[in-house]
Amino acid sequence: MKPRASLILSLVLLLSACSNIEPWVKPYERAYLADPIMSFGRDPVSDNYLSHVYQVREGARGAEGGHGGGCGCN
Amino acid sequence: MEAAVAAISGHAASFTPALSIAAWLRVTTVLLAVASPLRAGVLPEDRADAMYHSYDGGGVTIDGPSYLIRKGDNKNFSVSANYYVDSISSASIDVVTQGSPYNEQRTQWSGSVDYLHADTSMSASYSYSDETDYTADSYGLSISQSMFGDLTTVTLGYSRGDDDISSSVDPDFEDTADHQNFHISLSQVLTKKLLLSLNYDAITDEGYLQNPYRNLRVLNDPNDPSAGYNFNTPERYPNTRTSNAVSANFLYHLPFRAAVKAGYRYYTDDWDIDAHTAEVGYIHPLWGKWMFEVNYRYYTQTNADFYGDLFARPDQQNFMARDKELSEFEDHTVGFALSYEVLENGWGYFNRATLNLKYSHIWFDYDNFTDVRGNPAVGQEPRYDFDADVIQLFGSVWY
Repeated sequence: MKPRASLILSLVLLLSACSNIEPWVKPYERAYLADPIMSFGRDPVSDNYLSHVYQVREGARGAEGGHGGGCGCN
Repeated sequence: MEAAVAAISGHAASFTPALSIAAWLRVTTVLLAVASPLRAGVLPEDRADAMYHSYDGGGVTIDGPSYLIRKGDNKNFSVSANYYVDSISSASIDVVTQGSPYNEQRTQWSGSVDYLHADTSMSASYSYSDETDYTADSYGLSISQSMFGDLTTVTLGYSRGDDDISSSVDPDFEDTADHQNFHISLSQVLTKKLLLSLNYDAITDEGYLQNPYRNLRVLNDPNDPSAGYNFNTPERYPNTRTSNAVSANFLYHLPFRAAVKAGYRYYTDDWDIDAHTAEVGYIHPLWGKWMFEVNYRYYTQTNADFYGDLFARPDQQNFMARDKELSEFEDHTVGFALSYEVLENGWGYFNRATLNLKYSHIWFDYDNFTDVRGNPAVGQEPRYDFDADVIQLFGSVWY
């Protein structure tokens, strides 16, 4: 098999495998994740300010903290 | 600021660190444009926040308000607006050794529009920052995709900033700086109780990146340190900078109603600064209406390759800096936060409201930036350190 063909086959297999991934944490198992305390950025006005405090006084910048969180349920 | 500048005699290039702060603020602005906490599949909550913030440390006090309001149509769109002010009163160590204390104000307006379609969220943002000698425009775009039953969210972002720089001591001085930020992040549900957030940012700067007011410390006689030193030579920075930062953050729900968080960030750039940041926190709801949080943060960095505390000659090397933010140092932060639920059951138009107090104490400890207040002899300068109080007081309403 030519390298390109094997690459395409691998990608197809990988993508088809992804489409079959079952959520390993079911929607009804997300009570803990839905808790408001499970949020990386609970208060944007405060998170933005504190990031700014450090950026002004440190050489490093970027990749500050985590974002999102929660259960991802509407 | 003009009054402060006029009070300085001896040399024209007196020090005003407003620009140093501003130079970093526009990076902040660029970053924030990207870093809105997008969660694919869900629009951000409708809420409004009014905050008073205060920083006091190292001879610098900065305070002011920040108002953030967000409203959506409960379907596809959400818009937000932020008005932020820094009122700066500075007698920092650089100001004391090279200039005179001054007062300055920076104002920033920003806004964003979020659009949600199925599992995809898109966000566009704009920000404008203005102060006497620095204006910055920033634009950002980002897209988030939720997948695998909402267990995974991937976000891609791009933002750029265009800055105009002037000088309050040299009316003929004008220059510009451009910034670009590429962002990718992954938010992952690992287990029923554990969340992971991975972030990567590449930032490039091009243009005038130094401070037109800050000067280098140079020996009066390169062969005789006992002859003392002067602050007559302006800094010289490279006109490009590229940095990479990657972080991993975990959030874990304990068996009882509390959460712990832990994070680590690695940073590196082509000025030879390498930095590590580590953070841990604990969040605990109390007595139904209260929420308590405690956290600790550690930061350490190496110095830029063109940084020096004391130079032998004004032309010692092509690029030269004596900015303590480019020196080798570390800092520690201990923080507390207390939140109180005011309207548990809502009131009229409002669903709920909280009152919040956050306090952080930061210790800065510099390895190769010395304290030359009082003009100590070469070799007798103590290393510089200081600590700062950071207070945030804010109210939030959800509607």
